[in-house]
Amino acid sequence: MASVLSTVAPQFDDAEQQRAAATLGMWIFLATEILFFGVLFAAYTLTRVRHPEAFAAGSRLTHVTLASLNTGVLLTSSLTMALAGHAARTGARRALVAWLGLTVALGAGFLAIKGIEYRLDFTEHLVPALNFAYAGPRADQVELFFFVYFLVTGVHALHVFIGVAAIAAIAVMASRRAFTPAYFTPVEVTGLYWHLVDIVWLFVYPLLYLVSRA
Amino acid sequence: MKTSYLTAGFGLWSWLATRDHKRIAILYTISITLLFFIGGAAVALIRLDLLTPHSELVSIETYNKLFSMHGVIMVWFFLIPSIPATLGNFLVPMMIGARDLAFPRLNLLSWYLYLLGALFAIGALLAGGVDTGWTFYTPFSTMFSNTHVFAVVAGVFVAGFSSILTGLNFIVTIHEMRAPGLTWFRLPLFVWSMYATSLILVLATPVLAMTLFLIAVERLFGIGVFDPALGGGPLLFQHLFWFYSHPAVYIMIVPAMGVASEIIGCFARNGIFGYRFMAYAMLAIAGFGFLVWGHHMFVSGQSAYAGTVFSLLTFLVSVPSAVKVFNWAATLYKGRISFDAPMLYALGFIGLFTVGGLTGLFLASLGLDVHLHDTYFVVAHFHYIMVGGAVMAFFGGIHFWWPKVTGRLYPDAWARFAALLSFFGFNLTFFPQFIVGYLGMPRRYPEYPPEFQVWNVLSSAGASVLAVGYALPLFYLFWSLRYGPPAPDNPWRAKGLEWQTPSPPPPENFLATPVVAAEPYAYADEDSRSG
Repeated sequence: MASVLSTVAPQFDDAEQQRAAATLGMWIFLATEILFFGVLFAAYTLTRVRHPEAFAAGSRLTHVTLASLNTGVLLTSSLTMALAGHAARTGARRALVAWLGLTVALGAGFLAIKGIEYRLDFTEHLVPALNFAYAGPRADQVELFFFVYFLVTGVHALHVFIGVAAIAAIAVMASRRAFTPAYFTPVEVTGLYWHLVDIVWLFVYPLLYLVSRA
Repeated sequence: MKTSYLTAGFGLWSWLATRDHKRIAILYTISITLLFFIGGAAVALIRLDLLTPHSELVSIETYNKLFSMHGVIMVWFFLIPSIPATLGNFLVPMMIGARDLAFPRLNLLSWYLYLLGALFAIGALLAGGVDTGWTFYTPFSTMFSNTHVFAVVAGVFVAGFSSILTGLNFIVTIHEMRAPGLTWFRLPLFVWSMYATSLILVLATPVLAMTLFLIAVERLFGIGVFDPALGGGPLLFQHLFWFYSHPAVYIMIVPAMGVASEIIGCFARNGIFGYRFMAYAMLAIAGFGFLVWGHHMFVSGQSAYAGTVFSLLTFLVSVPSAVKVFNWAATLYKGRISFDAPMLYALGFIGLFTVGGLTGLFLASLGLDVHLHDTYFVVAHFHYIMVGGAVMAFFGGIHFWWPKVTGRLYPDAWARFAALLSFFGFNLTFFPQFIVGYLGMPRRYPEYPPEFQVWNVLSSAGASVLAVGYALPLFYLFWSLRYGPPAPDNPWRAKGLEWQTPSPPPPENFLATPVVAAEPYAYADEDSRSG
């Protein structure tokens, strides 16, 4: 009891209750995230059902190679995050810091590749409202597709950014010996968040990039 | 004298940086009371303007802004946080025998988010207001309105995160921090009501937040998924908006049901009839609430099949609602009823909620709704639920727990008078609106044919009575803070855990963690012992 007293907040009876509360809190937060993204997917579905040809045409203009690369990067980062969780459980501090650092690097890599992709989109006049030109038929609806594309990938990238910042903070804490096998809840709940960000991308990727590339 | 949460620290900073759920409840109470009177001032001008068939007091543009600000402020900055953020914040940990909510810092953050959202809304109001109505229907809100839509939408967006955090905090607290022996079916119904409400807060509010975000983006860039010119769907906005805003009504009324259950059990000196079904009914209302949003869109051009299903599901909401009303009635039956002020408010709540619920069935009928849609009948219906129901119960709850929260007793005669005045004023305000709405007066119009004037004059007269009924408690409750006699720990001889600790409670709520060994509402046992 005395050894873990410092990490248990006064409203909790013991470390186990605190851990259960934090984990449940994160799961509920993830439920709100699903509904948050659910609105975007609903908007996507309605717009695509109405304008299937424009969505196919727009999707063909996206940069599928970069996006596929990014899918690999993000999936790998989920693996390194899971390994960080394992290292935390076993008390391997150096491994924990290393896996967290690698996750941060992969997350930042995802954002960098996404940035390159956005830059290409801009030079190719695919940014609605700001810089958009499309010569083919249904130009308005193609513009609407790219609006949805920037909306969904933008909101997702914001989540990646928050995740990278959070994991970086956890890595600093880990390097300062903040976690023990008895207490590593922040690593666990941040991991849950990171996996959700990954799962959302697994829906975003085919819905935006693979509409008519079969 | 022992240290209470009120004397645990002095100075403004000890309040603004507090983690104590009881102090945060007080912070919320002060802020929402302020917003309540701002929203009330807007409607006072509306009712004055409606005294005459021609809009003589304000211009038509101003009228649009007045009813919009009334709706925005009352819905998001008063009714949604009203019972959960004040009474819920104070009582959930106390009723389950905990020292605080699971995440006290998050709780304080939610108040600051609320405050920030409210500042946006008030700022927009001072800068010239918004004219979209509280519903922000597209494409008017995105393409055509020249008012401060962006600021108001941003304010509601930020305040939405305050709702989400409160709901999340309550769910985790109720799951993980119940006192030893306090099983789920020993929880007071108020805690059940907070649980059901929190589920709605957590699952519906993100949809509103993202929808408002889409409106803001569309206003900024002039392109968006709601824009029909590009092939977007303005109807999609209505679906998303009501997916939140119908459950939002249950965010207001389910907590009121929890408050009423506590009060009625106590002042009927009777166990709550069908306790488990009361809990199930609130969960059912929360659940059905997510499946009925289309009844706001019967005349918006949604498919007839969707309309039929939404109509049927809406009728189903009346089943758990009726279970609750019948069970309150059965609790009163053979009870030993005393008519203290909280009980008068609670009984008023049952009556007004019943009228509001039954008129909801009129509106759920596909054919009848074509005639009644967007008339004053709708306005009267939802005010019976949200004001007659939710606000009556909120006042009842404030009077019931005031001695516990402040450690002072208020003058009961004044409180009973205020309760009766509110009930009378409320009915005089809103019952004429059913009639004038049925006769065809549309909502949101400042002008109307002269033959409707008598109903509007009655309604405005009622509004002034209601205003006195709402303002009175402000005076005698403030008076009691200074001059009221000190309250005993359990002035009503009530059964909840919150009454087993000093009034006002110590900072850690209980001097020793309570152990629960009995069912809630054991009022009948007490009577058999004494009788």
